[in-house]
Amino acid sequence: MTTTTTPARTPKPRQRRGDLVFSGIARTAALVIVVALAGVAIFLTLEGLPALDAPPGKLGGASNIVTFIGPLLFGTLLAALIALVIATPLALGVALVIALYAPLRLSKPIGYVIDLLAAVPSVVYGLWGIAVLGPQLVPAYLWLDRNLGWIPFFAGPASTTGKTILTAGIVLAIMALPIITAITREIFTQTPTLQKEAALALGATRWEMIRLSVLPYSKSGIVSAVMLGLGRALGETMAVAMVLSASGVVTFNLISNVNPSTIAANIALQFPEATGLGVNALIASGLVLFVITFAVNFTARAIIARGERRLR
Amino acid sequence: MNVRIPPQGPRLTVKSEIEIPIGDRHETEADRRSHLPLTHPRLPRWAPALVATLAAATSTLLALTLGWGPIPWVLVGVLLTLVALPLWARAVEGSRSAKDRLVTSLVWTAFGLALVPLVSLVWEVLGNGLGVIDAEFLTYSMRNIVGEGGGIYHAMIGTLLVTGAAAVISIPIGLLTAIYLVEYGGTSRLARAITFLVDVMTGIPSIVAGLFAYALFVLFFGEGIRFGFGGAIALSLLMIPIVVRSGEEMLRLVPHDLREASYALGVPKWRTVVKVVIPTALGGIVTGVTLAVARVAGETAPLLIIAGSTDSLNLNLFGERMMTLPVYIYYSYTQPGVPAEYGQERAWGAALVLIVIVMALNLIARAIGRRYAPKTGR
Amino acid sequence: MDRTPRPRARTRGLAVLGVACLLAACTPPNERIDPDAVGDLSGTLNGAGSSAQEAAQGAWQAGFQTLNPAATVNYDPVGSGGGREQFIAGGVAFAGSDAYLSEDEGELADARKRCGGTPAIEIPSYVSPIAVVYNLPEVPELRLSAEAVAGIFAETITSWDDPLIAEDNPDADLPSTRITPVHRADDSGTTENFTEYLSQAGGDAWPHEPNGVWPIRSGEAGQGTAGVVSAVRNGQGTIGYADASQAGQLSVAKVRVGGEYVDPAPEAAAKILEVSERVEGRPEVDMVYELDRATEEGGVYPIVLTSYLLACQRYPDQETVDLVKGYLSYVVSDDGQTTSASSAGSAPLSDRIQSEAMAIIEGISVGR
Repeated sequence: MTTTTTPARTPKPRQRRGDLVFSGIARTAALVIVVALAGVAIFLTLEGLPALDAPPGKLGGASNIVTFIGPLLFGTLLAALIALVIATPLALGVALVIALYAPLRLSKPIGYVIDLLAAVPSVVYGLWGIAVLGPQLVPAYLWLDRNLGWIPFFAGPASTTGKTILTAGIVLAIMALPIITAITREIFTQTPTLQKEAALALGATRWEMIRLSVLPYSKSGIVSAVMLGLGRALGETMAVAMVLSASGVVTFNLISNVNPSTIAANIALQFPEATGLGVNALIASGLVLFVITFAVNFTARAIIARGERRLR
Repeated sequence: MNVRIPPQGPRLTVKSEIEIPIGDRHETEADRRSHLPLTHPRLPRWAPALVATLAAATSTLLALTLGWGPIPWVLVGVLLTLVALPLWARAVEGSRSAKDRLVTSLVWTAFGLALVPLVSLVWEVLGNGLGVIDAEFLTYSMRNIVGEGGGIYHAMIGTLLVTGAAAVISIPIGLLTAIYLVEYGGTSRLARAITFLVDVMTGIPSIVAGLFAYALFVLFFGEGIRFGFGGAIALSLLMIPIVVRSGEEMLRLVPHDLREASYALGVPKWRTVVKVVIPTALGGIVTGVTLAVARVAGETAPLLIIAGSTDSLNLNLFGERMMTLPVYIYYSYTQPGVPAEYGQERAWGAALVLIVIVMALNLIARAIGRRYAPKTGR
Repeated sequence: MDRTPRPRARTRGLAVLGVACLLAACTPPNERIDPDAVGDLSGTLNGAGSSAQEAAQGAWQAGFQTLNPAATVNYDPVGSGGGREQFIAGGVAFAGSDAYLSEDEGELADARKRCGGTPAIEIPSYVSPIAVVYNLPEVPELRLSAEAVAGIFAETITSWDDPLIAEDNPDADLPSTRITPVHRADDSGTTENFTEYLSQAGGDAWPHEPNGVWPIRSGEAGQGTAGVVSAVRNGQGTIGYADASQAGQLSVAKVRVGGEYVDPAPEAAAKILEVSERVEGRPEVDMVYELDRATEEGGVYPIVLTSYLLACQRYPDQETVDLVKGYLSYVVSDDGQTTSASSAGSAPLSDRIQSEAMAIIEGISVGR
C-alpha cells in the first residue's frame, strides 16, 4: 500500500439549483434562436424543393424554376443597384452634415428627423410612391425619353403612370438611406478627435480634414453600412409591390412601363392566388432571396467585426 | 500620417526640422516671411446666402418665362449655386478653399434632398388622411359597408392582438438570450455564434419570415390556412433580434460594481440578475422593446401571407382571418371597391393612424430611454 | 443604494387601464345585431376569385351578413384563375370565376375530385358588360370599331390620331398622344372574355388565342380590376378593359355593332345571355353558357362577361353546407340580384335561370 497523499482538490462550489435552472433557461432561449434560424432555412428548403418539377402553368409561363427565378433575381438586383447608386452619396452627405458640418446643438435633432424616415412603414411608402412620386416623375421620364433616349437605360417609350423600376428604385433609396446614415454617422463621430484636430491645426480646410483623417478611417465602416442598406433594399416588399407595374421581362429600360419584377414583390402579389406547386415555386424564390440577404448581411457584419478588431 | 499642404496660398509654412535662429539666416527667414500676407483673403460671411438668393432669383425668372414645373426650377437653382459659389471662392480664396466650399454646398444639398421625401410624405399623409378621421372611422369596422362609411376598428384591434402576441413571444426569448450572452456566455463559441446569428437575423426580409410561418403551419393544417397567430410568429422572428441586441447593450451598461456588491453579500447569480441587473437596465430594455414593437407594427408582407384580410372584427388569434392596419391600407388602396374614392380615402386615413402609432411608440421609447437611463457616469 | 427611479405606480395603473379599455373591444356600432335580422346562420365562409365580381360580392356580403349577423363571408378578389385553383385545391368553399372550368385543362376533373367525386356546381350569378375605359380629357366621346379595339390592344395602332380611329370619330379632336394599353397582370376571366371578343369580332387584327393571361408582354399591367382602373385613371392617353361596374368616373368608349355604336349598359349585356346556348356535354348542375359575341343583333353589347359561382354539391360538415346554401340562395334571389344591380350595375338574372339555379342549390348536402 502506497502512502500517497491524494492531491488536495479545490472543492467545487456547490451549484445552487436556482443557478442551474436559470442558466439552463437562458441557454435554452439562446438555442431557440439558432433553431429558429435553422428552421427558416430548413422549412423554406423543404417547401421549395418540390418546385423543381413544377409545370410551366404554375410558373407563370416560365419553362422551369431557373427561368422563373432568373428574371426575378435580375429585377431584385437592378432595383437594389439603382437604390444604392442614389442612396449612398446622399447618405454620406447627410452623415457628414450630422457628424461634422451641423452645429453641435442641431446634430441630435437632425439625427432624429432622419431616423423618422426609418420609422415610416413600407406600405405608406408604397402609397406615397403610387399616388405622389410616380405622377410627379412622369414629366421627368418624358424629358429623359425625348432628350436622352439614345442611352439604353432611357430608351423609352416613357411610362405615363410613373410606375417604373426607376421610381421603385428611388423609393428603395429613401428607405435604405436612414440605415446607411445611422451607421456612417456613428463611425464618423468615432474618428479620434486628435486626428481631426491635428489636420485642422496644420491648416487643412474642413474638406481636406475629412478626406485625410475621417474617410480613410471609416472606409470599412462605410462599406458595411452600404451593404446593410443593400440588404434592406433587396428584401423590401410592399413598396415595390405597390409602385411597380411588372411584366416579368428582363430589360435595362428604366423608364418604360415594361419592368422586371423583384422576388419579394412577386411573392407578395402572386401569393394570394397561388396554389399547389405555384406556392412551392414562390417559396423557392423566397429561399433564394433569403440566401442572398444572408450572404450580404454576413459579409457586412464580418467587415464590421474585422474593423472593430483592428481598432482594439 | 502625412499632411501635404500644397505650396499655393498657405497661411503658415511648415518646416519639418526645428528652426535654430543663427545670425543672418534668421533675418532672411523673417524677411522672406514678411512678404507673405498674415491674413488670407476670404469671402464675406454673407457670400453663400447672397449666391443662393441670386441663383434662386435667376431660376425663378427662367421658370416663369419658360414655364417650368417645380422640379426643374429647384434643380436649376441648386445647380447655379453649386457652380457659382465655388467659382467665386476660387477667384478670391484659392482653389483649396473653392473645393471646400463646393463640398460644403454638396453636403448640405444632399441633406436637403433627403428631407424632401420626408416632408412630402408627411404633407401628403396629413393632407389626405386628416379629413377622413372621425369618431366613426375609429370605432366602426368594415362589415356590411358598401361605398362610403366604415372604419378601421377591426384593423386596429387586429394589429394590437397580433403585435401583442408577437411581443409576448419575443420578449422572453429575446431577454433571456441577452441575459445568456451577457451573464453566462462570455467568450464561448456558442455566445459568439449567437451574437453573429442575431446580427444576421436583423437582415431577414419580412416576406421570408412570412413564408416561413406559412410553410410551418401548412404542414399541420393544409393549404389555405390563415390565422392571426401565424402572423404573430412571423413578426416575432423579426422582433427577436432587435430585443436581443438592445437588451444586450443595456445589460452590458450596468456597472460591474453592482453585480459584485450583490455577490459579496452572498446573493446567488440568478437572483442578482433578476433583482439587481434587470431592474437597473429596465429603462433601456423597455426602450428596446418599444422600438422593436414599433418596427413590426408596420410590417405588411408577412401578415398579407398568413393573417389574411377580412371586413369584420375578429378577436380570436387562433381562429379565422384577422385584419391588421398595414394589410388594411394595402387592400383599401389597391382593391377599393366601387366607387374607388372612398376606399382610397380610407387608406390614407389608416396610413395616418399607423404613422401616428409608430411615431408615438418611437417617441415614447426615446423618452423612457432618456428618463430611466442607468446612471453610468459616462 | 439603488437610485434608479422606478415608474410610479400611478403611471403603471393608468397604462393597464388604457390597455384594458382597448382590449374590452367593444363591438363596433356597425356590427351590433340588427332587429331585422331573421337568419341564424353562423360561422365563417371563405371564397375567392373573379375581381369583376368584387363590387357585387361586397353588396351580397353586406346583405347576407345583415340578415345573418353571426355569419361572416370573406371573398378575396384574386382573379378568376386564382379562384378556380384555390377552389380545386380545397382552400376556399366557393369561388367566383368569369370563365367556366375547362375540360381540356383538366379543371373539371380536378374539381370533381375536390368535391368528393360529385361534379362541381357552376351557376351564373353576375352578368356584366366589360367597358373599354380610356383617359383622354380632350375627347369626351369615343367610338371604336371592333378592328380598332383589336388593333389598339394588339399594339398595331399606336397613336390616338390613327386613321382607323379617326374614321369612326369625325367630329372628335384626336391628339397625337401615344396610346398606352393597360391589361391585367393576373390570370383573369375578364381577360379571357375580352380576348374572346377580340378574336371573334376583331378578325385578323387580333392574332392571339383567347386566354386568361394577357398574351403580349408590353403595355402597362394592372393587378386586378381595380389595378387596371387606377392605371388608366392615373395615366395619360391610357386605354384598358374592366368590368363596367368599376369604371367609376372614367370615360367609356362606345363599340360598333352592325351599324350603330352601343354603350355598355346592363340591359344590352342581359340580351346576350338570352341568345346564347348552354355548353354541351356538361353535367346538369353545371349551368355554363357559350356566349355569341360576333352577333350583329341591334342593341346588343358584345363585350360581356358571365361570372359564375363555383361550389361543391357535398361538403364534409353541416355548418359549411348551411352557409354555402344560404349564401348562394341569397345571391340568386330577387333580393340579391336587386342589390347587385344597384351597387354593381349588373343585369339581373332572368326568372328561368333563377329557378334553375335555386333547384341546383337546394341539392347541396353533407357528404364526403
